[in-house]
Amino acid sequence: MSASNYATERETAEGKVFTVTGGDWDVVLSGTDPLNDERIVVNMGPQHPSTHGVLRLVLELEGETVRELRSVVGYLHTGIEKNMEFRNWVQGSAFVTRMDYLAPLFNETAYSLAVEKLLGIEEQVTERATIIRVLMMELNRISSHLVWVATTAMELGAINMMLYGFREREYVLEIFELITGLRMNHAYVRPGGVAQDVPDEAIAKIRDFLKLMPKKLAEYEKMLSGQPIWLERTQNVGVLDATGCLAMGVTGPVLRSAGLAWDLRKTMPYCGYETYEFDVPTHTDGDVWGRYLVRLAEIRESLKLVEQAVDRLRPGPVMVADRKIAWPAQLAIGVDGMGNSLEHVAKIMGQSMESLIHHFKLVTEGFRVPPGQVYVGIEAPRGELGVHAVSDGGTRPYRVHYREPSFVNLQALPAMAEGGLIADVIAGGASLDPVMGGCDR
Amino acid sequence: MSAPQDKTDDGGVPVPVTPAGATGGAPAELPPSSPAGRGMFGDQGTGDVSGYGGLVRPQRPIEAATRPYGGYFDEVTDALEEAYPAFGEAIEKVVVDRGELTLHIRPERIAEVCQVMRDDLSLRFELLSSVSGVDYLGADARRLHVVYQLTSMTYRRQVRLETAVSAEEPHLPSVTSVYPTADWQEREAYDMFGVIFDGHPGLTRILMPDDWEGHPQRKDYPLGGVPVEYKGAEIPPPDRRRSYQ
Repeated sequence: MSASNYATERETAEGKVFTVTGGDWDVVLSGTDPLNDERIVVNMGPQHPSTHGVLRLVLELEGETVRELRSVVGYLHTGIEKNMEFRNWVQGSAFVTRMDYLAPLFNETAYSLAVEKLLGIEEQVTERATIIRVLMMELNRISSHLVWVATTAMELGAINMMLYGFREREYVLEIFELITGLRMNHAYVRPGGVAQDVPDEAIAKIRDFLKLMPKKLAEYEKMLSGQPIWLERTQNVGVLDATGCLAMGVTGPVLRSAGLAWDLRKTMPYCGYETYEFDVPTHTDGDVWGRYLVRLAEIRESLKLVEQAVDRLRPGPVMVADRKIAWPAQLAIGVDGMGNSLEHVAKIMGQSMESLIHHFKLVTEGFRVPPGQVYVGIEAPRGELGVHAVSDGGTRPYRVHYREPSFVNLQALPAMAEGGLIADVIAGGASLDPVMGGCDR
Repeated sequence: MSAPQDKTDDGGVPVPVTPAGATGGAPAELPPSSPAGRGMFGDQGTGDVSGYGGLVRPQRPIEAATRPYGGYFDEVTDALEEAYPAFGEAIEKVVVDRGELTLHIRPERIAEVCQVMRDDLSLRFELLSSVSGVDYLGADARRLHVVYQLTSMTYRRQVRLETAVSAEEPHLPSVTSVYPTADWQEREAYDMFGVIFDGHPGLTRILMPDDWEGHPQRKDYPLGGVPVEYKGAEIPPPDRRRSYQ
């Protein structure tokens, strides 16, 4: 590529436009008139290593100060909500798990809770299934927060932390793989319970993880908490107080870092969270530093919850007893991943015509859900994850809407970043922990 | 299930009939029952030889609730009635279903009601959790519904407000002046359903491209997709697949 490919300039009605590709700032500066063009508009993303996915930010700068910021989303819109209307209720689990790909088990659980509420079978969901849901969600919260620490640290220049965070997250994903057969996009939590039971090896691995993780957390803190550059980049950066959070609808660790202990697990409990022993960490500064401390503390609380959940596990069914709702297949993990257990296939194909009919009807047609609408909100790693589900009495959702915390929280970015330095846009945006798959759905 | 009798289109596929009374005044709480769940391969009977189809769950009709509503629902409605003089005119219907309270609000009043819900000391719905659209095509003359989920952090309560507008006149006031968080969520409802929120600071598309035509989440907007060939067989797109009922 010749030098002229860098920082090409062209005239438009709005003024001069430069295409900047890096290392060519001098060319841009030599092409502008510093006396008359005080403000320049910089387009950051949608393909940018530090915007947490395909997020586009349009910045209006005066020198290094951000005067206006507009975020542009929608690059990852895949029409999941519309697609779900053309599949049956159980198939919905496989769609919602792909929304917020760092917290798939939360998407599935929120969806399952909504469908169960529509069916009126909340009471029938077994104790073991509920405990497994809590166990999986809390492990997922840890892995999600680990990715947050990893990517945020990377964006602020601490590459080692990125490697450490992903290394420990890999451990959690291995546990998920043992239990669900998949590292991501599990479709494990289903309306009525969970897809299959937790194997014993997974429990042993979780216990190992519970021993390992506190040491790793101490390592992270040793590396970051006293580090002058980290402190400089996070303290008093991206400040948003509780009033601002509520106005913008921001929930989750960002709200808690501003001092309001609002956690749906405590305030509007579901899945039996009221019976577990855990704290809701808060901080008062409302800055990136506070969010870092809150998230690390939440990992510790999640470890407590995982330990309690593992201790509570007693043998029992993991699906509702109602065979008109429970998924008919018995799943097993084979050499090529999770699939129908061969015993079950042998039974329905060779021994029981009724089982085969039943299997066929439930899989192809699905169960009917009485008409009406419900809203279920749960505490996802990023804040309130809400599901508004409407049924027309048929076998498919009439409408499912996700109140995605990434989508709602991103609205607060201009409030955090305007008036600050351009470098702090990265820190502030990262501290919201947006996942664009969830934001755009 | 008390579904209306189905008509048949030319291909023998059952199409839903508009339920009686669907074009009346108050908004429908129920979407029209879709062909899904009835008729197999165009068959007009149950088409069911397994006996499975006879095992339909009893479905209770959802009707406007009468007092007492139970729980905190009475307190909330009383407080709203006291604080909001136009209560009788603005509230079209109160529905209590599955332990959730829904207030159907006249669309032109929604911003006022939200203001009272947020500011009144005995209501204090500080957080607007969610705004979403639903298209009740075929069940309601005012087919586009907008649903607001309010959360009171002080009292730990949740209430749903629902409004309905017609596709021809899809206007209602924006609540962004009361809850700034409604900004993007109203843009999404506009993008997906074509509901126009008057007074919104910048009502543009948010998820779909700016030059997109139509509103994809409306029920008369096709899902789209192309047929896929797999091992010599052609699989039609999901909305044109034969549905097993």
